[in-house]
Amino acid sequence: MILHELIDYGTLRVIWWLLLGVLLIGFAVMDGFDLGVGMLLPFAGKTDMERRIVINTIGPVWEGNQVWLILGGGAIFAAWPPLYAVSFSGFYLAMFAILAALILRPVGFKYRSKREGARWRRNWDWALFVGGFVPALIFGVAVGNVLQGVPFRLGSDLRIFYDGSFFGLLNPFALLCGLLSVAMLAMHGANWLVLKSSGPVAARARSFARIAALATIGLYALGGLALWLFVDGYRITSVIDPSGPSNPLAKTVETSAGGWFANYATHPWMLLAPALGFVGALLVLWGLRSGREIGTLLFSKLSIFGIISSVGLSMFPFILPSTVQPGASLTVWDASSSHLTLFIMLFVTVIFLPLIAAYTAWAYKLLWGKVEEDDITGGGHAY
Amino acid sequence: MEFDVVTLSRLQFALTALYHFLFVPLTLGLSVLLAAMETVYVMTGRPIWRQMTKFWGTLFGINFVLGVATGIVMEFQFGMNWSYYSHYVGDIFGAPLAIEGLMAFFLEATFVGLFFFGWDKMSKVGHLFATYAVAIGSNFSALWILIANGWMQHPVGATFNPDTMRMEVTDFFEVLFNPVAQARFVHTVSAGYLTASVFVLGVSAWYLLKGRHIAIAKRSMTIAASFGLLASVSVVVLGDEGGYLASEHQKMKLAAIEGMWNTEPAPASFTLFGIPDMEERTTHYAVHIPWVMGLIGTRSLTTEIPGIEELEAHAETRIRNGILAYDALQDYRAAPSREAVPPEAVTAFDEHGHDLGYALLLTKYVEDPREATEAQIKAAAWDTVPHVPTLFWSFRLMVAIGFFNVALMGFFVVLSARRKLGVSRWPLKIAVASLALPWIAAELGWITAEFGRQPWAVEGVLPTVAAVSELTVPTLWLTIIGFTLIYSVLIVIEVRLMLEAIRKGPQPDHDPEMPLAPKPLVAAE
Repeated sequence: MILHELIDYGTLRVIWWLLLGVLLIGFAVMDGFDLGVGMLLPFAGKTDMERRIVINTIGPVWEGNQVWLILGGGAIFAAWPPLYAVSFSGFYLAMFAILAALILRPVGFKYRSKREGARWRRNWDWALFVGGFVPALIFGVAVGNVLQGVPFRLGSDLRIFYDGSFFGLLNPFALLCGLLSVAMLAMHGANWLVLKSSGPVAARARSFARIAALATIGLYALGGLALWLFVDGYRITSVIDPSGPSNPLAKTVETSAGGWFANYATHPWMLLAPALGFVGALLVLWGLRSGREIGTLLFSKLSIFGIISSVGLSMFPFILPSTVQPGASLTVWDASSSHLTLFIMLFVTVIFLPLIAAYTAWAYKLLWGKVEEDDITGGGHAY
Repeated sequence: MEFDVVTLSRLQFALTALYHFLFVPLTLGLSVLLAAMETVYVMTGRPIWRQMTKFWGTLFGINFVLGVATGIVMEFQFGMNWSYYSHYVGDIFGAPLAIEGLMAFFLEATFVGLFFFGWDKMSKVGHLFATYAVAIGSNFSALWILIANGWMQHPVGATFNPDTMRMEVTDFFEVLFNPVAQARFVHTVSAGYLTASVFVLGVSAWYLLKGRHIAIAKRSMTIAASFGLLASVSVVVLGDEGGYLASEHQKMKLAAIEGMWNTEPAPASFTLFGIPDMEERTTHYAVHIPWVMGLIGTRSLTTEIPGIEELEAHAETRIRNGILAYDALQDYRAAPSREAVPPEAVTAFDEHGHDLGYALLLTKYVEDPREATEAQIKAAAWDTVPHVPTLFWSFRLMVAIGFFNVALMGFFVVLSARRKLGVSRWPLKIAVASLALPWIAAELGWITAEFGRQPWAVEGVLPTVAAVSELTVPTLWLTIIGFTLIYSVLIVIEVRLMLEAIRKGPQPDHDPEMPLAPKPLVAAE
C-alpha cells in the first residue's frame, strides 16, 4: 500500500491532533449536556414528575451522545497509542471512578422509572447525579494534571512506569480545572433544560444556567491566571523531525515558566480560542436574559469549544508532558500511530463522521420540541 | 496460585469480559428478532406484531443498557490494565475499536433512542428503518470487535518496528480478512441469534404454561423456533474450528481441546471422553471415535494434526531463536542511528525477528531473556501448553449444549408447523428449563477461546506476563472488589426488572392510526 504516501506523516499527525480536539469537543458538547443535566437532576426537578421531565429531555439521545466518549477512547487508542497507554494506566484509580460513575448512568436512565416507590427513584436520582458530576469533575482534574505534567517514565523498551498516586492528582490547580469543567458542563446542561422543558423546571434551569455561566467565566479567568503564575510549560530543545518514528525517547525537553503562553506570542490568532471561551459564556448570560433558547445553547457550545481548544493550543505540540523524565513527554511528533494507520483511520473518519453528523441531526430534528407531562404519561416507553 | 499483578489483571479482565458477555449475545440476537417482528407488522399492518415488537423491545432495553455500561469498561481497560499491550499493538488493535465506534456503535446507539421514543413520531417505515439500524449496528459492532480479537489469536498483516518498539500494520486488508476473525464472527453472531431465540422461546413457553398472552406467545415461538433452528445449526456447523489450523497456537489450542498429547497419523480420531492429566501428560480412559477429529479440524483425510508434545518442542526452538532476535534488538536500540546498526544484528533480526515474542515468554523468569537457563527455557516452552483439562471440558460441554439446542429448536419448529404449540405441557417445560443454556455455552466458548489463548496476549507476539501495566497488588484488589460489588448489585436488579417485565407481560397498545387524544395545534393556556 503506497496510497498513504499521498499525505506526509507530519501533516497526518497534525490532522489527527485536530481530530483529537474534534472528538474531545464533540464529547464535551454532545455528552456534556447529558452530564450537566445529570448533575442538575435533583435540583432542577423537585417532584417525581419534574424529575421525569428532566430525564426525558435527554432520554432518547443520551445513548448516541455517549458514543462520543467511546469513540474518543477508541480513536486515542488507534491514533495515539502511547497517550492511551500512559494516561489510562497512570490515572488508574481516577479512571476507575469515572467508569463506576458512568456505569450508573445508562442503568439509572433505564431502570429508574420502571418501578414505583419513592426510595427506589430517589436512589437512582442520586446515582444519576453521581454519574454526571463525577466524570465531569475528574475529566477536568485530569486536564489540570496534563497541563502540569504527569509523573511517568518510559523504560528503554518503552515500558511505562508511573510514580504518582491518586491523591497526587487532587492538587489545587487540578481541582480548579475540575471545578471549571463542572461549571462549564452544568451551564451547558442547564441551557439544554431551558430549551427542552417549560414551567418550574425551565425556570430553575434558567437560574442555574446564569450561576454556572458566571462561575465558568470566573473559574476560567482564575485558571488562566494560575497557569501563568504557577504552572511551568514545556519546550522541545532538540531538532524536531515531524515525520520521524514515534519514539518519545529521541528528544530533549526543558521546562519554562509561562511556557504554555509562548504559542500565543508567536501565533496571535490563537488568542481567538480563549476569547471564545469568555465571549461564549457572556453571550449565554445575554441569551438567557433575552429569552433566546436555541441561541443560548449554541453560545454554551461556543464557550466549550473555546475553552477546550485553548488547552490544546497552549500545549501544542505537547500532548502529555512528563514531570520526572521531561524527554519522555509525549508530543504530536513522536506519540502517534504509524503513517499507514493514521491514513486508514483518516479515510474511515472522513467517510463516517459526516454520516454520523447527518443522522444525529435528523434524530434531533425528529425529537424537536419541549418535553411535557403528556409525553411521559401517554407513551409506554418514556423513562 | 499466587495473586500477583499479572494474575489479578487477568482475573479482572476475565470477570469484566464474562460479565459483559452476559448481555451482548442477547442484544445481537434480539435486535434481529425485533427487526423481523416489526417487518411483519409493517407488511401485514396487524397491530399484534407491533405490540410484540414493543414487548420484546422492553426486555431488549433492560438488557441493552447493561451491555453498553459494561462495554465502556472493556474499552478503557486495555489502557488501564494492559498498558504495554496498548503501546505494543495499539497501532493495529486500536483501529478496529475506533472503527467499531464510527461505523457501528454510533448507528446502534442513535437509533435505539428512536426505537423507544419514536413510535408516535415516525411513520411505520421510518420506525422500521430505525429498528433495522439498531440490528445492523449491533451486528457490525460484533464484526469489528472480533476482527480486533481475531488479530490477538492470529496476528497477520503487521510487523515489528525496532525504532518504535512495537508492532505496526503493513497490510490492513489482511487484518480485516483474517480467517480466524471471520470464523469467530460467524460463530459468535450465530450464538447470539440462538441465545435470543432460546430466550424468546422460553419466555413464551412460560406464558403458554400460565395460559396468558397466548396469541403473542405462539407467534413469538414460531419466529424464535425457525430463526433459532437456523442459528443453532450454524453455531454447530460453523463452529470456529475453521480457524484452528491457521497458526501455531491455534493448533496448540486444538490439541489441548482434544487432550491429544502426541501427533496421530491422519485422519486423527476424536476423543469423546477422557480425563486429561497435566502431570503425566496423558489422557486417561480416552474413548476415541476414529477419523472424526481429522475431518472436523482439517476437512481432509490426509492432513496431520500435531499433538501437544510436538508443538511444545517446536515452541522451545522458537524460544531459542527468539533469544537471538532479542540480542539483535538490543544492538539495534543501542545504535545512535539506523545506519549505525551492526550488519550482523540486522541479519540476525531479519532471520529471527518473528520469534521475538517467544523470547519475551522468558521475562516471567528472568529480566533479560539472554540470561535464561536451560531449565527456564524448558519451563517457558511448557508454559505454551494451556490448561488442558479446562479446555477439554469447556469445549465438550459447549458442544453438548450446542447439539441439544439444535434438537430443541428442531422439535419446536415441527410443533409449530403442525400447529401443536401448547398442546402438551412437557415441551413447554423443557423450553423454560433450557433458558440458561445458551449463556452457559457462550461463557464456555469465551473460556475455550481466550483462556485457551494463554500464555499469549497476542499469539507469538506478546506474552500476557509482558503485557500488563505497572500497577500494585492492593490497587488491583481495590478495583476487582469495586467492579464485583457494582456488577453484583446490577445483575440482581437487572434480573428482577426482567422478571417483573415478563410477569407484567405485553401491554395493550393503542392503534397508531387513530391517536387517542390528538394534540391541539394551539396550546391551551
